[in-house]
Amino acid sequence: MSSQIMSPLPGTFYRQPSPEEAVFKEVGDQVAVGEVIGLVEVMKTFREVKADKAGTITEFHADNEDAVMAGQPLVTLA
Amino acid sequence: MPIAKLLIANRGEIAVRIIRAAQKLGIPTVQVHSMADADSLAVRMADEAVEIGPPHAAKSYLKADAILDAARASGADAVHPGYGFLSENAEFAAAVEAAGLIFVGPTPETIARLGDKASARAAAAAAGVPTVPGSEGIVEDLADARACAEEIGYPVMIKASAGGGGRGIKVAENADDLATLISQARAEAEVAFGDGGLYLEKLVRNARHIEVQVLGDGKDAVHFFERECSLQRRRQKVWEEAPSMALDDATRQALCESALGLARSVGYRGAGTLEFLYDDATGAYYFIEMNTRIQVEHPVTEMVTGFDLVAEMIRIAGGEPLGIAQDDIRLSGHAIECRINAENPAMDFLPNPGAVTAYRAPEGPGVRFDTMLYEGYEIPPFYDSLLGKLIVHAESRDQAMDRVAAALADLTVEGIHTTIPLHQQLAGDADIRAGRFHTQFLEPWLEANPIPSD
Repeated sequence: MSSQIMSPLPGTFYRQPSPEEAVFKEVGDQVAVGEVIGLVEVMKTFREVKADKAGTITEFHADNEDAVMAGQPLVTLA
Repeated sequence: MPIAKLLIANRGEIAVRIIRAAQKLGIPTVQVHSMADADSLAVRMADEAVEIGPPHAAKSYLKADAILDAARASGADAVHPGYGFLSENAEFAAAVEAAGLIFVGPTPETIARLGDKASARAAAAAAGVPTVPGSEGIVEDLADARACAEEIGYPVMIKASAGGGGRGIKVAENADDLATLISQARAEAEVAFGDGGLYLEKLVRNARHIEVQVLGDGKDAVHFFERECSLQRRRQKVWEEAPSMALDDATRQALCESALGLARSVGYRGAGTLEFLYDDATGAYYFIEMNTRIQVEHPVTEMVTGFDLVAEMIRIAGGEPLGIAQDDIRLSGHAIECRINAENPAMDFLPNPGAVTAYRAPEGPGVRFDTMLYEGYEIPPFYDSLLGKLIVHAESRDQAMDRVAAALADLTVEGIHTTIPLHQQLAGDADIRAGRFHTQFLEPWLEANPIPSD
């Protein structure tokens, strides 16, 4: 059964901790509850997006630097 | 040559403030904006609006080329940079001038000279303005450090010359501490930064942040007395006042004259602010840096002196002489400003963009609200969280404290969380009422006085 991780805030989604570093997660990666899958920048502050369920990432619904809304799905887990 | 059309290279409440000043002077305005700001109050108020790029500031408000293109397309002959963004970027100021336009602010050379900490410190020293005492460069060894610390007085901060942003700082209370900490600091700096170089600086414990407003036309300059901005969270000012309750008249005069001396020595043009640390215990003040632009908290100065600083800087940029003598500027009463941010103080100041479903500004004598809000406005998540500034003015500080509490109760912003509850709690606090605070006051106070959810 698939589930999704939503953006907790409106803002800009980042898949890497900083432009020079590797992405937090790729499609096919396992995530555990509490693991960071990306960052959302809102009003010049960065908040970590943590997985609230475990699973394997099957799809990202937002690209790096995409504008996202609160509640918008960021990844689908299988 | 008076300005014929003014382009505002900024957004938010300061863009609104600049448009109002231009309107008062009869100057038409052009508001540049990102895609996310098409519905902003500044865009609605300006005579013309030009979209300059996507929401991210790096692709819009920080794009010098796009701003200059907008100036050419709209026929604007002057650019007001506001605060933040490109306001203290010497290259941008030079590019504006190279395009044959007026930059509302100092010359690019002045911005570069005063923007660099070391050269600003040197300019201050040359003008006889006290700076924070410290070692002249790197301390060689313990004996050198001891001699230096004796001269500047304990406590001293040991700083790694390769460090920054507060990293690699140790505090020595006395000579014994210094002996232990110097070798420790050197070893740590070598590991952390690959450079064991250390320097010393006097620690001003529980300092107040006091700053002096200046205005010049390149030939002459005046000061508009001081502001106190000691209430800060994460180095961001939260609440500002004018004048400072910590200064007596003689110290006020000496501090403001000192700041003015530096502004005059560099032939300062435009509005500027010299920031100082003030030591309550000794009455000493030390120059830290100069901001070569209008500041967020300029309204408290306007309220106690009666001058429109934004209009004055536009007028001077248009080539008019300063036309204000120092004796024309007198302090009257007391002003307080509260920064109203889209943050939830009950949740560690979580930023909170969104739709403003209801909005009402406080009114009445001595009450001013500088804002970009209107009912139904959707606050975008891409920029800083400042929504507006509530400013009150009254005859005495006590009366200003009463007035700010009443005005906060009359300010309605619904649909999002704001820092209004924080300010209500500050306005009711005995230490704040008594003026007993310093730059390290607010963060522990917040730990001890959690703000309830609104």
